[in-house]
Amino acid sequence: MKILYFAWLRAQIGMAEDTVDLPKEVTTVDQLLEFLISRGEPYSSALADRNVIRVALDQEYVKGDAALKDAKEVAFFPPVTGG
Amino acid sequence: MVIVQQEIFDSGAVIADVAGQSTDIGAVVSFTGYVRDFNDGSPVKSLTLEHYPGMTEKQLEKIEQEARSRWKLTDCRIIHRFGTMELGEPIVLVVTASAHRQDAFEAAAFLMDWLKTKAPFWKLEETAQGERNWVKERQSDLDAANKWKD
Repeated sequence: MKILYFAWLRAQIGMAEDTVDLPKEVTTVDQLLEFLISRGEPYSSALADRNVIRVALDQEYVKGDAALKDAKEVAFFPPVTGG
Repeated sequence: MVIVQQEIFDSGAVIADVAGQSTDIGAVVSFTGYVRDFNDGSPVKSLTLEHYPGMTEKQLEKIEQEARSRWKLTDCRIIHRFGTMELGEPIVLVVTASAHRQDAFEAAAFLMDWLKTKAPFWKLEETAQGERNWVKERQSDLDAANKWKD
């Protein structure tokens, strides 16, 4: 699965894009976050505060319990600050 | 119409274009957001906007559709820039046109409030000392967007 990071999450993790083979027990957004955090640094620090992480599946906002199913890309980013 | 671009834009030219399209337009409202030289009390030298190509356009188009469903608009334009901008440069433009002023006024305010909390853009400020800081979400922006919920 393709994973995208933006803004300070991208800077902290040190990459904009990653491809990850998901273990089959990882089926939701929250489980994916836990899986990434379990890989240690830099993920464990960058993704530690769930309150400041927004998630999009195939470019639509979703909550943590959303199923990853057939989604092609998941994006993690901080609260938006455009305008 | 939604345009996401790096280049600078001319608000006046867009407003004139919208107003000149048809004679059933009675009101055109515009909002232009600019790069200002301070934020939270600290001097700012330049601003860089990062965005999520693809999702940005999708979300802005959804916001435009929502505005068109709530108000009677003859036209609606949203231009939002990304990349590095200098002080005084425009960042974002919203233009709405309607037969009567109320629709254009309210839709423009709604578009800006929703755009600020839903469009995937992130501001990175550079201070006069060369420090680079990611701008934090503002509670006042969230409150402004929430007041449009039914």
